[in-house]
Order: sequence, then C-alpha cells, then structure tokens
Amino acid sequence: MLKGIDLAVAQGELVFIIGPSGSGKSTLLRCCNRLEEPTRGSVAVDGTDITRADVDINRVRQKIGMVFQSFNLYPHMNALGNVTLALRKVQGLARAEAEAKGMSALTRVGLAEKARAYPNELSGGQQQRVAIARALALEPRILLFDEPTSALDPELVGSVLKVMRALRESGMTMVVVSHEMQFARAAADRVVFMDAGVILEQGRPEKIFSHPDHARVGEFVARIASHH
Amino acid sequence: MELQRLAFSFFNGEVASRYWMDIVQGMWVTTYLAAAVVVTGLGAGLALAMARSFQFRPVNLLVVVFADVFRALPPLVVIIVLFFAFPYVNLAMSAFTATWLSLSLVLAAFAEEIFWAGILSVPKGQTEAARSTGMSRLQTLVHVVLPQAVRLTIPPLTNRMIAITKGTALGSVVAVHEIIYYASSGASEAGNPTPLTLGAAAYLVLFLPVVLFSRWVETRFAWKR
Repeated sequence: MLKGIDLAVAQGELVFIIGPSGSGKSTLLRCCNRLEEPTRGSVAVDGTDITRADVDINRVRQKIGMVFQSFNLYPHMNALGNVTLALRKVQGLARAEAEAKGMSALTRVGLAEKARAYPNELSGGQQQRVAIARALALEPRILLFDEPTSALDPELVGSVLKVMRALRESGMTMVVVSHEMQFARAAADRVVFMDAGVILEQGRPEKIFSHPDHARVGEFVARIASHH
Repeated sequence: MELQRLAFSFFNGEVASRYWMDIVQGMWVTTYLAAAVVVTGLGAGLALAMARSFQFRPVNLLVVVFADVFRALPPLVVIIVLFFAFPYVNLAMSAFTATWLSLSLVLAAFAEEIFWAGILSVPKGQTEAARSTGMSRLQTLVHVVLPQAVRLTIPPLTNRMIAITKGTALGSVVAVHEIIYYASSGASEAGNPTPLTLGAAAYLVLFLPVVLFSRWVETRFAWKR
C-alpha cells in the first residue's frame, strides 16, 4: 500500500496531504497513530518510535489526536460526554475536573452552549467540531485530520475550517488529508501529493497548486479545482 | 357438547381448593429458578461475547463451538445428562442445580450469539475513535461499543429469556418442585386434570407481565438515534 514514504513534520507545521483515492493518504495518516500497523519502517512522534513493541500505544495516542471523516461521535453520550470520556477513563480525572477541561475544549470550537446536546441533535459541522474538541481535550502534540470536511454539506464546511484555522494559529502541529484547496493555500505550510503509495511531490502550496514539477500533479489539481 | 364434563375435569373447584397452595409453592421455585437462570445465562453470554470480541483465535473457536453445541441440544437432554450421568464421574448435583445449570448454559449460548451480533452492528469508526483517544480495547468495549450494542439486543434477548425460563418446567422431569411438578403430581393424585389448569394460570400470572414488559421495552428501545 505505502512504499518508501519519508515524511518529517516539524513542530507547529500544517502539512496537507492530497492525492487520488487509493493513493494511500488515509493509510499514511492512520499509520501515525497505529490504527493501521505498518509492516515495515518506523513512525516517530516527539522523538519516540511508536512502532516499537515495548511502546504503550494507548499512552502515545493521547498525544496524537485524530479527527475522522464521519465524525464518529458516540451517539449514546452528549457532546460533553464525548469530550470527557477519555479524560475520565484514560487519564483518570474526576468528573468535575474532566468536565472543566471538556468545557474549555468545547469553548475553543465554539460549542460551549451545545455541551448537553446529543450528536443526533447537532448539525454535521457541529458534530465535527465536537469531534475536534474530543481530540483537543487530551492536549495532544499533533492532530491528524482524515478528510474532516468530506462528509459535510457545503454550507457547513466553513465552520470546521474556521476552527482548524484557529488551531493552526495557536501553533498546533497538524497533518490534514483533504481536498479543500482554498484552505490549503491559505493555511498550509506544505502540500504533499501522494500517488500509488509514494510521495510524488511536495512543497509550498503555491508551488504545488500553480507550478508543480510533475504533470500528474497539475492534472489532479485542475480536476479537483473544477469540482469546487 | 359436554360442557359439564369439561368443567368437572378442568375447572373443578373442589380439586382446585385442595391443590392451589401447592401450585403457589411451585411458583416460588419457578420464579427463583428462572431468575437464577437469567442472571447466570445472560452474564455468561455477555462474558463470552466480550471474550470473542478480542479476536484471539483459540478463544473464538471455543466460544463458537460452545454456542453451536448448546443451541443445538434440547435443554431436556442437558438436564438429564447432568442429573443422571454426571454422578458416575463423581459430579452429582441436586435436581435444582442440574436444571439451573442446563438452562443457564443454553441461555448463555443464545445470549452470546445475540450480544455478538450487537457488537458487530456497532460501526468500526466508533472503536477507532475511542482507540485514537488512548482507550484500551476493554475500555472501548465497555464504554463505547456495549452501550450501543445492548440497545439493539434487548428485544431478541427478552424473547429468548422468556423462551428459556419457561423451560424451568423441564425440571419436573428430575423432580424439581416447580409449578409443573406440583400440577402433574396433583393431577394424578386427584385423578382430575384441574391442577394442570391451575399450573397454566400460574404461568400466565408469572410470565404475562414479563411478556408485556418486553413489548414495552421493544417500543422504548426502537430506533431513536
């Protein structure tokens, strides 16, 4: 699936990964927290090789937040419950302390007033922001976004991107698989183009979107642009 | 029509007045036995489904073999084997224990399959989301997957529970003093089947509320997402 990927993400950097479906973008992202197990090679986060057998993956994952295309909120818990579950069960915080942290995470995504709402009472955009808050509450060092806006109605995309922009400004390290090119132009430090399991080209967004070295990249970018 | 003879045979007030106390006694035993079966059967079924969800091959295989065997065997056969055959290997048990254990095993087998289907019905993304926040497999199962799975399993589980707990009547074969035991021994003693009518009434009194409860539960837990 992935072949000879060598990618380093600096602290505070926002890296965008684009590429045709089946190119391995999501797989690469999911290798970063071992939702997908790489058969060979290593993944280092914060100086630790997380693929080593003696690594406590549950501990490492708290430092690596992940946001999914389909939100994956827990339907049987309200927004605050979603955000505080790991704080209470993994970090062992008392309910009051977890809820204080949870509320501050929900405030960061602009949904403090929806704390008691259940996922089915929230719009797609709101659900995705709760999912971001769920990752943020654990105070991760890095956030992984797997097509965070692909399942959203177009008019709801902006609210999620706004939150992502604010995170970027606060210095969060982020790796984003997405085709939101306008957002990438405005916010990404680097765009990585993947095809057939390899990184074909990477560079500043203006470069990749306007004068890529590979014709393949140019074609792809043009096709995506025509869809938006 | 021979309504008078029907009434004399099945609704005989004189016979009923002699045997109703026995039937009430049997109701206690039936209730107690059924409750014990539900607790151990559902508990074991849930534990087996949880064990199976860890995807460890040898364990999976054992669970599947157990579930298939005990879903296939008639509970009566299991009771007879436990009560009459086990003493030969120095594992004698009371009639009550044999009936309780047999029905628990059978209920556990069915409950395991139902819980397992419920666990499978929870989208994979739920597990991935939970694991990505650092929750362990067990924590994910307990706090994220099972609460969603159980909601789906409640209607089939209540149905199965009713079916199996009615099987407490099979205990009469090994002389557990439950409803049918008193009803049939009363009937042969009196030479009149009225005690069996009383027994039927006792089952309605015990199980109708449970059936009605299951109806309520089904509407209560119907899709509300």
